[in-house]
Amino acid sequence: MSVKIGDVSYKDRIDKGIENDFMRQAVSSAQGRFRKGRLSQAEELGNWEDWRQLGSEIRTHTLENIDYYLYQLSEQVEKRGGNVFFAQTAEEANEYIENVVKKKQAKKVVKTKSMVTEEIGLNEALEKSGAEVVESDLGEWILQLDEDPPSHIVTPALHKNRQQIRETFADKRGYDKTDSPEELAAFAREQLRHDFLTADVGITGCNFAIAESGAITLVTNEGNAEMVTSLPDTQITVMGMERLVPTWEDMEVLVSLLTRAAVGQKLTSYITAYTGTRLEEEIDGPNDYHLVIVDNGRSKILGTEFQSALHCIRCAACINVCPVYRHVGGHAYNSIYPGPIGAVLTPLLDGYDDHKELPYASSLCAACTEACPVKIPLHEQLIRHREIIVEEEKKSPVSEKIMMKGFAQWASNPAAYKLSTKVARTALKPWTKDEFVENGPGPLKGWTDVRDFPAPGKQSFRAWWNERAKGEKQNANS
Amino acid sequence: MPIHNRDKFLSNLAANLGRPRKIEGVERPEYSVQPQYEVLQGASQDELIDVLEKHCEVIHTDFVRTSKQELPNVVRQTIDRYEAKSIIVSNDKRNVEYGMDQAYNQYAEELDMHIWDASIGKENQVIAEKADVGISFSDITLAESGTVTLKNDKNNGRSISLMPKSYIAIIPKETIVPRMTQAAKQIHDDHVNGIETPSSVCFVTGPSNSADIEMNLIVGVHGPVNVTYIVVD
Repeated sequence: MSVKIGDVSYKDRIDKGIENDFMRQAVSSAQGRFRKGRLSQAEELGNWEDWRQLGSEIRTHTLENIDYYLYQLSEQVEKRGGNVFFAQTAEEANEYIENVVKKKQAKKVVKTKSMVTEEIGLNEALEKSGAEVVESDLGEWILQLDEDPPSHIVTPALHKNRQQIRETFADKRGYDKTDSPEELAAFAREQLRHDFLTADVGITGCNFAIAESGAITLVTNEGNAEMVTSLPDTQITVMGMERLVPTWEDMEVLVSLLTRAAVGQKLTSYITAYTGTRLEEEIDGPNDYHLVIVDNGRSKILGTEFQSALHCIRCAACINVCPVYRHVGGHAYNSIYPGPIGAVLTPLLDGYDDHKELPYASSLCAACTEACPVKIPLHEQLIRHREIIVEEEKKSPVSEKIMMKGFAQWASNPAAYKLSTKVARTALKPWTKDEFVENGPGPLKGWTDVRDFPAPGKQSFRAWWNERAKGEKQNANS
Repeated sequence: MPIHNRDKFLSNLAANLGRPRKIEGVERPEYSVQPQYEVLQGASQDELIDVLEKHCEVIHTDFVRTSKQELPNVVRQTIDRYEAKSIIVSNDKRNVEYGMDQAYNQYAEELDMHIWDASIGKENQVIAEKADVGISFSDITLAESGTVTLKNDKNNGRSISLMPKSYIAIIPKETIVPRMTQAAKQIHDDHVNGIETPSSVCFVTGPSNSADIEMNLIVGVHGPVNVTYIVVD
């Protein structure tokens, strides 16, 4: 897999999302819960805006000095017995990791959930070179068995119901119990325990790398990161180059923002900070440690007006408030990064060619910007993307081009404009119900399929304006 | 060579930022706000214990408060409540200070007791995986979030809090601080003063859990199913 998930067209993806009633219900209830959790935590703190401000300042300072802090991090990791590999591309990262796995003659690799390893397609690369790769996060494990991509950053298998999960377990692993979440989870625990104990290599992502001491911080509720980092003798951490903080004190602030903004918890059940190889006489933890720092398109964003998109701490707060995500679900974005941050980040990492529709998958209501705990101006960046797509790349979506061309011809002809605004209400009457146009004709159909379109008013704006002007004149004369 | 491709990688970043590379001289700025120090500011140790106790309900964790004298009995009662037969504990010097060394000897008459033993290597992990209960001390306890901080070392393996079905944390009252801010500051200050960061610092907040199946909260997906905190005055 890469950033892009597949080749299904944007419209088909949207239709699929909108037709999936279970997914839409699951997404809307998850959004409600996560959003409520975040808001109640913010209210309890009472000074949430100060926290956001601090988070934003830490991220800005770190990114402005990213070369300095990555240098410091690599020095510290080396000091603690680790190897550091700087990978410009996905291929370089995969090749290095494959070599480590091959050198160890490893048969089994256990992993924690990690967006960056999805982004570089690490699992496929390792499987091609003959190692079995086991995802250890419960949601990711379910998706791996079912060969399905994640649809949410925090709860990747949100789109699946328990009957589907039961069937997957039965088909792939001979599971024969009920679809109760407890029994399903107990089965996963038993299966995964065996994998943890027999794995040769552990691979994790990285929530925050701490430059001052070389520690890698992982945030989970399940404790699977603890298992992965404690048991196998060889460990590999893969981090997007921006997942960095200067010190332990900065890490602490960002973790507090992350867990609150993501799921409304003060802290998750496990927050693990591990540093290099195990020390003398220690038993848990690796004796061979590798940190892989991945660019894969990120450096192109530095120094541009989109730099603050790299501040993202992957909490999914923007996804949890997005009305578009609510309706179409994560897979419709065709990117491993869904929702508003995905719509901003995906075209930056992977170019506009395959993702020019994404900045339009937004209502620009700014709820995402308001929710972001590190104050990324998401909706402004979406508008900027649209400007670039239209003005520089000349790649605005086809439907919009046709509509805009038609609009231009129509609006530049005063007689046509005047006539059509006058008759619009009557003309659209067959499709109008309760003051909204449903299943509209011609170019309107694309719009009314997915959005409300208010019926034209009884009076046109021009007519209203003329009357108002007349009224004012009369008032002035009287 | 332990570091690969660094110079080219970092020079590219600096170039994109429109300036030469920085290798030294970067100072963390004075941030304009510091709200993290305001949480539970000025709370007494007893008030912090109240906050901790209350938050234990949220994180599905049992809370007990006891005295040093009563600690061995309370630990035993907790073990019995879990109907546990096999126990793994850290080889902590505080075992003696809190009278737990003698208690563990006593428990061994009826229970399968193992004290972490660096000399037997990986066998400790195998024992931990089969154990019903793991017991260790909290190094720093965070009242706000109900979190125990475990600085693991050769006498206190990570597996103790992670692999057994249930986990008991003994919390000396003086380890309780308002929140993660104080723990992070302590580790930061240690680093600045030349004390190496432990190879693993684990912040544990109640039992392992997941909401991955239809958003239902399930406890004990990977780590322990039950957790008890015992605060010792």
